[in-house]
Amino acid sequence: MYLLNNLLMTITADMGGWELFKNSLLPMITGGIKYTIPLTLIAFTAGLILALLTAVMRLSGSRLVRAPAIAYVSAIRGTPMLVQLFIVFYGLPSLNVTIDPFPSAIIAFSLNVGAYASEIIRASILSIPKGQWEAGYTVGMTHNTALRRIILPQAARVSIPPLSNTFISLVKDTSLASLILVTELFRRAQEIAARTYDFMLIYVEAAILYWVICFLLSLAQEAIERRLARYTAR
Amino acid sequence: MFLSIKGLAKAFGELEVLKDIDVSLEKGKVLSIIGPSGSGKTTLLRCLNALEQPSRGVFSFEDGLVLDFEKKISKQDWLRLRRKSGMVFQSYNLFPHKTALENVTEGPIIVQKRDKTEVQEMAERLLDKVGLKDKMHLYPHQLSGGQQQRVGIARALAIEPELMLFDEPTSALDPELIGEVLGVIKDLANEGWTMVIVTHELHFAEQVSDEVVFMDGGYIVEKGVPEKVLKSPQEKRTQQFLQRILNP
Repeated sequence: MYLLNNLLMTITADMGGWELFKNSLLPMITGGIKYTIPLTLIAFTAGLILALLTAVMRLSGSRLVRAPAIAYVSAIRGTPMLVQLFIVFYGLPSLNVTIDPFPSAIIAFSLNVGAYASEIIRASILSIPKGQWEAGYTVGMTHNTALRRIILPQAARVSIPPLSNTFISLVKDTSLASLILVTELFRRAQEIAARTYDFMLIYVEAAILYWVICFLLSLAQEAIERRLARYTAR
Repeated sequence: MFLSIKGLAKAFGELEVLKDIDVSLEKGKVLSIIGPSGSGKTTLLRCLNALEQPSRGVFSFEDGLVLDFEKKISKQDWLRLRRKSGMVFQSYNLFPHKTALENVTEGPIIVQKRDKTEVQEMAERLLDKVGLKDKMHLYPHQLSGGQQQRVGIARALAIEPELMLFDEPTSALDPELIGEVLGVIKDLANEGWTMVIVTHELHFAEQVSDEVVFMDGGYIVEKGVPEKVLKSPQEKRTQQFLQRILNP
């Protein structure tokens, strides 16, 4: 209560605070539109493709195919996101590979999402009853055709809620890209706060903007779930 | 002889489910397999569709396809074996994300790459035949168990198999829905389909079969015409089984 009170005072009682709030909106939203949202969308899409590939590799009968997938998932899940980001941006140049901040962020976030989402997709595939594979086989399908035509469409429905979770986490995690100089939403906030010393106001403003983005995304999630649920009685 | 099976055996690890099965099947005839659960009857059926890989034994088909399971079997031969038969499952296993019609057209269009309009017409004919023409655009969850199983039969027929396999097709159904499914299977028998049916419906087996096989413990205990096996069985185990089913 005390905190909230102080916050309200900062924003409303002092009209200068309100002005600052309004003036900061544009740079932050610009950062969001130019970097936060594209970074999220690109990394999520690339991550999903990577995840699907990894999940299918992990379900393979061959150990040789499974092993790299298992190692990749283990390495990504066992190390902090921030460290991965730093390795790509600050580490690779010492191997003479220099990548700009934004592409660095895309690479690191895609790899990260790929590992986490692959576990979700793998579990979803495993949740589809064995009889569905067999029904596919009996109409003449190979393993790959049954996977593509019968199993994955059903697994997709199962995986939407957990994948949405990953997606929304990703939106917020992109704020880490501020530490490798990507001028996304939070980096803009930091810049303004450093100039005005109005930390509380600016960071709460950034938090609200993230919240709005995530809220809109959760509406989209519900729409997708409804669409994919059309063939099941609920 | 459409198919003759010699010395078929199947083990899951240590557990021998089928021990030494000899049975043959004539074109246009109906073979019913009865027996207690765990007797191996479903496994036998699944071996015919390559859903299980037999451990030993030989399948010889009329058209010259011979599979000796002690030797390595090529991928093509597995596929040839599988494509000989259509399978109807106890729990239907319809594709829940596809309509009744799409369930039927999936195999012919996607796997067999047949002409779409032709397949569409054929699928409608098949669904009409099983009495579901007016339901063809519904999803499986909108259909009753009996209707789902009839879609399952149409789906199996659509790939134009030489042999139809039924794995306890009515065991998951409410009693009042059993008749509609058995009716469809009887029609197929009258049309001259070659069929193998695993069932607990003895009365139905008697009406529809040319031959009945009683299995227990991985062996065929007794086989013969339905009147003989079901009405005056020679083997003690067959008598006991029938006794238990008829007078529970």
